[in-house]
Amino acid sequence: MAHTLSPPVAAEQHLVGSWQSRFLRSTLNNRSLAIGLLIITTLGVVALLAPWLAPHAPYLQDTANRMVPPIWHETGSWTHPLGTDRLGRDYLSRLIYGSRISLFIGLVVALISGLIGTTLGVLAGYFGGRVDAVVSYLLTTRLAMPVVLVALAMASLMGGSMLSVTLLLGLLLWDRFAVVARSATQQLRDAEYVQAAQALGCPLPYILLREVLPNIAGALIVVATLEVANAILLEATLSFLGMGVQPPSPSWGLMIAEGKAYMFFQPWVITIPGSALFILVLAINLLGDGLRDLSAPGGRNE
Amino acid sequence: MNSAVSSRTPLALELCGLSKTFKLGGGMLHKSQTLTAVNNVSLRVPRGQVMGLVGESGCGKSTLAKILLGLTPPSAGDVLINGKAIVNANQKALARHIQPIFQDPYSSLNPRQRIAQIVGLPLRIHAIGTPKEQAAKVDEMLELVGLPKRAAQQYPGQMSGGQRQRVAIARALIMRPDLVICDEPTSALDVSVQAQILNLLLDLKEEFGLTYLFISHDLAVVEHLADRLAVMYLGRIVEEGTREQIFTSPRHPYTQALLASALTPEPGLGVPDIGLGAGQPDPTQPPSGCAFHPRCPMAQPECAQQAPSLSAIAQSTAPGTSQGTYQDNPARVACHFA
Amino acid sequence: MSNPSSAERSTAPASPLLTVKQLRVDLPIAKGTLHAVRGIDFHVERGEMLCLVGESGCGKSMTSLALMGLLPRKAQVNADCLNFDGVDLLTVSERERSNLRGARMAMIFQEPMTALNPAYTLGNQLCEALRRHQRVSRKAAHDRALYLLERVGISAAEERMRQYPHQLSGGLRQRVMIAMALMCEPDLIIADEPTTALDVTIQAQILHLLRDLQQEFGTAVIFITHDLGVVARIADRVAVMYAGEVIETASAQSLFQAPSHPYTQGLLRCIPTPGKTLPGSRLQAIPGVVPNLVEKVDGCAFCNRCDQADALCHTTPPLQTVADRHLSRCHFAHQLSNPAQLNTQEVTL
Repeated sequence: MAHTLSPPVAAEQHLVGSWQSRFLRSTLNNRSLAIGLLIITTLGVVALLAPWLAPHAPYLQDTANRMVPPIWHETGSWTHPLGTDRLGRDYLSRLIYGSRISLFIGLVVALISGLIGTTLGVLAGYFGGRVDAVVSYLLTTRLAMPVVLVALAMASLMGGSMLSVTLLLGLLLWDRFAVVARSATQQLRDAEYVQAAQALGCPLPYILLREVLPNIAGALIVVATLEVANAILLEATLSFLGMGVQPPSPSWGLMIAEGKAYMFFQPWVITIPGSALFILVLAINLLGDGLRDLSAPGGRNE
Repeated sequence: MNSAVSSRTPLALELCGLSKTFKLGGGMLHKSQTLTAVNNVSLRVPRGQVMGLVGESGCGKSTLAKILLGLTPPSAGDVLINGKAIVNANQKALARHIQPIFQDPYSSLNPRQRIAQIVGLPLRIHAIGTPKEQAAKVDEMLELVGLPKRAAQQYPGQMSGGQRQRVAIARALIMRPDLVICDEPTSALDVSVQAQILNLLLDLKEEFGLTYLFISHDLAVVEHLADRLAVMYLGRIVEEGTREQIFTSPRHPYTQALLASALTPEPGLGVPDIGLGAGQPDPTQPPSGCAFHPRCPMAQPECAQQAPSLSAIAQSTAPGTSQGTYQDNPARVACHFA
Repeated sequence: MSNPSSAERSTAPASPLLTVKQLRVDLPIAKGTLHAVRGIDFHVERGEMLCLVGESGCGKSMTSLALMGLLPRKAQVNADCLNFDGVDLLTVSERERSNLRGARMAMIFQEPMTALNPAYTLGNQLCEALRRHQRVSRKAAHDRALYLLERVGISAAEERMRQYPHQLSGGLRQRVMIAMALMCEPDLIIADEPTTALDVTIQAQILHLLRDLQQEFGTAVIFITHDLGVVARIADRVAVMYAGEVIETASAQSLFQAPSHPYTQGLLRCIPTPGKTLPGSRLQAIPGVVPNLVEKVDGCAFCNRCDQADALCHTTPPLQTVADRHLSRCHFAHQLSNPAQLNTQEVTL
């Protein structure tokens, strides 16, 4: 009674094979995914290899060479390809080291807020009832807060530093995770394979971790990439306002803040870190778009 | 097979006065509604037989299945599997005795797991055998349900509906339960695939001595498979009996309408006018008295006042059975005028 | 009990209402092109009920969408002839198509919930269906809607007109869909599995209603379904589809009494029929699976599952006439159509 297995049903193609081979196939097919991934990987490598790539030490002040313009001005030189800031520190090196701060904070914040938000969302979606009511209340409270102001207020209490920024943002940015996890879990709660697992007597942690979570992971990864971008921007904002990473750290937001006074006559002081932020956040959004297309069933419709 | 039941026939499943009510809606300003999904259901299913449960949407058969599987507790009544009450039993212990096969082959398998993981899950959860023994059992089950060996490494997305349903059957039977709840297992399948799956279910029942509770709205399929039948309407059983009794002499007007609506592929007979009103049953607002009376062609004033109880048909035997054998579990019907 | 009208009409001088010759529908998908419909021929006479029956993936829904012009833009529709009452559907402009839809060709879908707009009252939708195509006053449209609602068996029609779709049950919504389809007195109604999502008793009522209305208004109906029981009871003529082709066409009587294609025979054998198949016995299932239509199919699409197949089947079988207006796409159709070969499992008690 053995039957030949029919070829994969057309609409389910995207689920065929291990996640590694699917990812590879999709990356090559999807332009925004490819570009986003390329830029982020490059930045990631740069951040990791900062000590070897940066031409100078980022904290080294050279008051003789203050405010040297970058290479594309007449007075620029290759010693400082992107110029120096008001204390004579090499901009390129500070930019490179600054990428570490941005990426680190972005990733760690997304991790912390992801854990908090996913846990709350999955529990609310799975159990419904009172658990859902409590989580919804927390969510509403959180959504009613102006994030930047609250972060500022808390930072001023705790004192600005990399640690405090990371913790603070991690505890504040979980809302989108919770919302997405909750609705995705609600859709799955009545799926028959979840009922089958319950009927087998599977313990609750197993059901949540092995049956529910892998099937909502697609949506959550998309949220995660967007939250990384969000966290990076917020850190830059906080640092700009003086309540984030403290000088002399080369956070890109701080670099913008320090260059405020020179905005009109030596604009590169702001435009360079500003562009870097822009490119990073754009790349992350492209990645998120690409991932969303991947996880949408059947892909984009024309 | 003699599907009559005597007091000596071992019962795989017994339901006694089972009820389940839900509270819907309700808030600060208005009262919540009660939905009685299952209303005082009593049923006895002998071991090794197929009990068909027939009814349309809103009749409570899905809720009943959930109660039996332990997925939701009943509001009242008892469920006995092999004579043991299960109402507050440990879910894992219950799972060894009763397993489901669901309707939708496209949502009854986790799309992110391989077939081997899905079919082997019961063994892993219940810690039956070593990993090597578990893998061997999985291969054995896949072969029994007619899937090739390489299916084990595939994902559900690569399979057709019929193949997925075979996987679901393999998963349900790998622990050799006593009782299988088949909740419309072939309704979502093409007719040609349905025949394959029905044959498989019959073969496996013979091989493992299984008892099935076969829920379906398709009377032709139920007639083919079931030894006994129970008809549900708005949470109550309105008629129950052997296959011959129900199909040759249905007593309840709803059963008669159901049978008349089952369109067999015989040309020239047209579509009968089954004589029910245009209304559809609403479980949140059940009619008073007999739940069926608004649609019943035989309704009388007293039907609106008092709900008939499910009682035995006390009269001469159906042809081919002797009086003695089915007195202990005779056909029952809930109608004032049956 | 409604009497099925006979397919043997005494004369058929008028040309068919709808003629379809060699209809092909190709759908580009990620992995290539899906040849959903691979060259089908059929026609519908005025006032007749044609059932298009087949299992999932056979192309019946694609056919109905192609006829109504409702396929997505990327689908390619070709045919030698696609003629609706003199209008060439292949060359007609989108505007004329849109005028035809609803007025002369109406469609009833499977899911009444998604086919009715939840934001508008039923009365609004019913009247709009008429006023979009004909210049009638609001009152006239309203009266016609009332009349049709009552005709489809909805009591308290005036009150229902003011209700929204979510306030009605599935069976009632489907009746409203039928009323809406009839508003402009179309010549042809295409019903795509209209009763599949309904309970069995409701289905029987809707089918009974549809048959009555069809005979009263003289509308032709293409009824798409996978349920052979439904087909037997309501069809005048039947076209059986498999893997994108029509493999057998006949009157209902002729098809069920003398099926002349192995697939049709296989289908009839594997359905459990109370009174015919022995309860508890093994059903005669059709082995194998439907071929993948993304690849080219050479010869007969059914040959890998057919117990009559031989070398000849690798060439495309011609359409053979086995009886009066009974066609079958099989090399062995004539041998198969002998009723003595039909293997029904009679029950002897």
